[in-house]
Amino acid sequence: MLNIIQNINKAFDHRIRLGIMSILMVNESADFNMLKELLGVTDGNLASHTKALESENYIQIEKQFIGKKPNTKYSATIEGRKAFTAHIEALEKLIKSS
Amino acid sequence: MENHNYLNDISEIKNLMDKSSRFISLSGLSGILAGIYALIGAWMAYKTIYFDTSTMGSYRDLVISEAAVMRLLAIATVVLVASIVTGILLSIRKARKSNENVWNSASKRLVINFMIPLATGGFFILFLIEKEMLGLIAPLTLIFYGLACVNASKYTLGDVRYLGITMIALGLLSTWFLGYGLLFWALGFGGCHIVYGSLMYYKYENN
Repeated sequence: MLNIIQNINKAFDHRIRLGIMSILMVNESADFNMLKELLGVTDGNLASHTKALESENYIQIEKQFIGKKPNTKYSATIEGRKAFTAHIEALEKLIKSS
Repeated sequence: MENHNYLNDISEIKNLMDKSSRFISLSGLSGILAGIYALIGAWMAYKTIYFDTSTMGSYRDLVISEAAVMRLLAIATVVLVASIVTGILLSIRKARKSNENVWNSASKRLVINFMIPLATGGFFILFLIEKEMLGLIAPLTLIFYGLACVNASKYTLGDVRYLGITMIALGLLSTWFLGYGLLFWALGFGGCHIVYGSLMYYKYENN
């Protein structure tokens, strides 16, 4: 039991961070607006959660310009993918074991 | 007791993965209407081919005049445009209902991946018409449309994949039974659209 709980990742223990990772797992990359729209959150809220995930090295942020507009692109790192997969497996085990 | 929360997490993950990678507002109703347009078009084509042009000799050796070919092209274009417009309008309506943006990255991907095989087929068929090789047009429209559906199905409702496979099968059959192109065409673009459209409508929109 202890083992299972150890795999539950604190970094994903929030609805929005979980959402960001879910989207980035199935998309090569997503920009700020796409994440905002899908998750239905405010700019500031999203920014703080992406920052948290970035500091864990689970996602990478790429800033660029499309024409004159700044555009921020997010993608999951290999480390992030591994951690998220482990997290989901742990969730499934937890649900099954109870 | 935390269990409930984790179950919620899992369904939220699944929902977001689907929503972000697939365009799920594709309207089944538009499939039904496209099928009806296709049947009307097929009926008009049938009249053009078998009544408005002369058949020569005692065999039903078909001689299609240039005017008839133009008329067939016009019918096909009208059916195609009407189907696309209906599809877009009804999908916009469905997307509004579920609060989804119609022109998002998922629908962009859907359109691009649908258009690659379809445009390839379109140009291929136009060049065949230009070179007056008309026999294979009906089977080829079915085959390329089927391939387009299979390709696009990864980015929208999974049922589109089976629609595509059925279309490809009909296209191949129609190549084998070459004289019955129009019949297969009506069966594919008319019948299949109506069947799969109703299936999708009852599965996803009937609530």
